[in-house]
Amino acid sequence: MDIVGGLLLVGGAAFLLFGGLGLVRMPDVFNRIQAGTKATTLGTLLGLAGIACLQPDWALKLFLIGLFILFTNPISSQVLARAAHRSGARKSALTAVDRLEEDHGA
Amino acid sequence: MSKARNFTLLFATLTLFWVLLNGSLALDVLVVGLVAATLIAFLFRDGLAVVSELRTSPRALITTVRYVFFFIRELVKANLNVARIVLSPALPLNPGFVKVRTRLKSRMGRLLLANSITLTPGTLTVDLDGEWLYIHWVTVDTADVEAATAAIVGGFEEYLEVMYG
Repeated sequence: MDIVGGLLLVGGAAFLLFGGLGLVRMPDVFNRIQAGTKATTLGTLLGLAGIACLQPDWALKLFLIGLFILFTNPISSQVLARAAHRSGARKSALTAVDRLEEDHGA
Repeated sequence: MSKARNFTLLFATLTLFWVLLNGSLALDVLVVGLVAATLIAFLFRDGLAVVSELRTSPRALITTVRYVFFFIRELVKANLNVARIVLSPALPLNPGFVKVRTRLKSRMGRLLLANSITLTPGTLTVDLDGEWLYIHWVTVDTADVEAATAAIVGGFEEYLEVMYG
């Protein structure tokens, strides 16, 4: 159980690292949010699962925390992205199409 | 949905969460939790609760369980996808904002759809406007509304339609 927990923690840390790398490498705020949201969600969930293996008494609480993250993380990302788009944040030159701007203005 | 039923459901959910998080039924802990739950449930009695719009037929419950597994699979795929893009030296991106349409009618169904899209491969819900969702897509395969809808919304909608309508 200790080994499984340790592996889960390392896996979670790896995904958090990828998320951090994404924040640095991605070209604009929207792509950065993408990297930030996804990698941190799974990274954190794996971390919580790892802790649950090491401390089985905490499992229920950790599960509830994971549930909170799953519900709140995408909402905060969505609101950040919408605010960025409405305030005219710079978009990467790679951006192929912007239906939102076509319909609602920048 | 009556206000009384909304209040009761929200109050019960909050109280349950409070007790589970504290892991204690001591009087002082319980009183604080009950007061807080009453206040929040009163303030948000018009709001939507995750449970209040969920259908409770056996088919909907089975679909909910299948949806959770489908969602976890998509979540893992999303993360491997991000890892692949971030780690590749060329940074293969073709980002853009596409527009998709949902058949879902209920508020909760649409909320879960938007959240699920955000947590799955390369897509991020930026704005909602009635039945239209605006999605930031890291690798735009198609800007066509119908094709993008099938690619992004299709999988989740089947489940959520049974769960929430």
